Amino acid sequence: MIPKAKDNVVYIDSDSAPRIIAYGEDFLYEHLPIGTRVIYPNPPIKGLPNPEAAIRYALNHPLEADPLYAQLRPGMSITIVMDDISLPLPPMTLPDVRERILKILLQMFDDHGVDDIRLLIANALHRPMTEAEMKRMVGADIHNRFYPKRYINHDAEEPNAIVTLGKTELGEVVKTHRWCAEADLTIYVNINLVPMDGGHKSMGIGTTDYQGMLAHHNPKTLLECDSYMDPPKSALNSSSDRIGRILDEHINVFHIETVLNNRMYPSTMEFLGKNEDDFSELDRLAFNSLRWTLKKLPRAARRELFHRIPAPYDIIAVNAGKTEPVHKKTLEKNFDQYAVPVKGQADIGIYGIPHISPYNVNSILNPVLVQVMGLGYLYNLYRGAPVVKDGGVMIFCHPCSDEFDPEHHPSYIEFFHRCLTETRDSFELHKRFERDFATNPTYIEMYRRGTAYHGAHPFYMWYWGARGRDRIGKVIVVGADNEYVPQVLGWEMAKNLNDAIEMAKDYTKPNPDITMVHIPPILVADVTP
Amino acid sequence: MSSVVHKSAGSSQAASGAAAFYDMDGTLVRTNLVHSFLFTTWNDPSVVQAVGKTVLGLAKIPAFWAVDKVDRVQFNEMLFQGYKGAFRDRLLEYADEHFEKVLKPNIFPGAYELVETGHKKGLKQVIVSGNLDMMVQPLADHLGIEHIITNRLEFRDEIATGRLMPPLVVGANKVRLMQEYALKHELNMTKSYAFSDSFSDYPMLSVVGRPAAVNPDRKLKRTARSFNWPVLDLS
Repeated sequence: MIPKAKDNVVYIDSDSAPRIIAYGEDFLYEHLPIGTRVIYPNPPIKGLPNPEAAIRYALNHPLEADPLYAQLRPGMSITIVMDDISLPLPPMTLPDVRERILKILLQMFDDHGVDDIRLLIANALHRPMTEAEMKRMVGADIHNRFYPKRYINHDAEEPNAIVTLGKTELGEVVKTHRWCAEADLTIYVNINLVPMDGGHKSMGIGTTDYQGMLAHHNPKTLLECDSYMDPPKSALNSSSDRIGRILDEHINVFHIETVLNNRMYPSTMEFLGKNEDDFSELDRLAFNSLRWTLKKLPRAARRELFHRIPAPYDIIAVNAGKTEPVHKKTLEKNFDQYAVPVKGQADIGIYGIPHISPYNVNSILNPVLVQVMGLGYLYNLYRGAPVVKDGGVMIFCHPCSDEFDPEHHPSYIEFFHRCLTETRDSFELHKRFERDFATNPTYIEMYRRGTAYHGAHPFYMWYWGARGRDRIGKVIVVGADNEYVPQVLGWEMAKNLNDAIEMAKDYTKPNPDITMVHIPPILVADVTP
Repeated sequence: MSSVVHKSAGSSQAASGAAAFYDMDGTLVRTNLVHSFLFTTWNDPSVVQAVGKTVLGLAKIPAFWAVDKVDRVQFNEMLFQGYKGAFRDRLLEYADEHFEKVLKPNIFPGAYELVETGHKKGLKQVIVSGNLDMMVQPLADHLGIEHIITNRLEFRDEIATGRLMPPLVVGANKVRLMQEYALKHELNMTKSYAFSDSFSDYPMLSVVGRPAAVNPDRKLKRTARSFNWPVLDLS
């Protein structure tokens, strides 16, 4: 059932309960001004009753392609490419969708005498996954069968692993992993959490290298995305579509896309996605217990606690076949889950920033990632028009601690302290510093042999927030534990939410329209101005 | 420029603006100075002398270790005393064999990639090592590293005296020699890189803009974490 919008949009009145706002590895519990609009995510769509049957059906009835079994012949080579640890978010309860699909695929291959099979993680310039993470993702049996020779992370810095296939009509360089280019059949196993995932982006971006990324992960392209969650209006999506079409000319790609619902929290924490006015006594008790526990724990322990809670996502759709028709179906289902109709933009938006982003699974949400969550992801959770008007104020709640993971994000440290302190201008950063970071031997080696994001990655994170930075008049952060980080990010500080709202009123107007977007779980606001 | 800077085969004249300075033992290769020393003593043509020197060398290891903890300069002097009486041509022969049998099998896999990315970036590549020039040179040639800054044995009538020629390449002296090198090649130290595994190279790491601890000892790892220096594992 697709929930109705009226259930998702509520207005605060005099007897409304305080609202729960994500605050890193903690929560704020705040009264909002009367008249504030609060947008809630849709409840999770019910999962498919028999996901395995749905996967088999999709493989046997693909869109604009022959059934998978009909494409198999003994002795052929197959590369299976998969999303990395950034999907889904947080990592899901076991079995992971990828394991479910792989089990069915491998059984089918065995039945057809296909044994030249390789598994590739499409991590692009993301950090490589550790062996333990790889094992968790596909299950012990598959891991033991393929790791380490035939189950690997993509290495964008291994010259022998990258093949150039050509250029798009706009000169975008199209590259992919050799395993994909040389296989008789390449199968992409996707998890579509949000509408910006999947489609041609999976192969086109997931298996390229730094040179390939230059085509779209640049300030100009990302500035022209209105928004990332609205593919027809996303320049990033257009670029990956162009690249994907060239890939399709050279590679036989069979795409399997899955859609998950938004059941991010286990049943004991489901109240976090509910309207606080509808809380039962049990919900209140559970929330108070959670807050009490969190208050007793140091930040590192809280982080560890949150990262250990997997999301019990359900599969709500599986489609397979040719990339574009498959992705069209995927997006329809994505929006069924996420789209919340909203009438009118706000002068002030209130957003809690949670502990996790796609780039810090099992790690720290450092200041650059706090920025990308705020101005990159939360700002872009819209179709039609942004939730906050151009020139409006976004209020983020997060401690903004000056803390980095030196193993996952070594180049972020230098980027934040050295580059951002000189300029926040994306174009200038791109011109002056990006290439030097991308070719830094230390960062390259940490990406290849360690668990580090590529040297260029923090730049992408900053560009990712470029449109939000360009359109929003002011950002105020509530609850920062230091002055330095907000100062470097160019954000103002407020001790509490009330102060932040007063500061925002001074900037906008005395009686502003205020909206709180109550996430996580995720929603995409369908805003009609 | 100090006379301890030697140009190796395959060097490039192209000025690049920055350098990558590599410590050798423990950084690019698993072995250390003592391995090199024991290799040469073991290979003495006289079996009796070889056994004798090697046993003596092995017996000195605890003393080497203890002295190294206190004073790197004294450690070097003590270690290189063991070469006293060796012929230069014989040592040069050992050096090639030492490379093939000791160093080459112990080059960290990531060392090749690290040096290669340095080349691609156009960095001047330099090994800065307390080991002997004749031991380091074959490795530099193998990796395509242009220059070496190393210790050199003093010879009289082609026979090693057991002393090192000044300046000793150790600790803060490494920094002075790196700076002289940078000056000569018009390099920017702020844009340059240094890689080492040992806290004894703290001066060398702290003088460049892009230091990295490679397979670091505990003390260097702690220091690297404090200063937000990247920590690399090339093994």
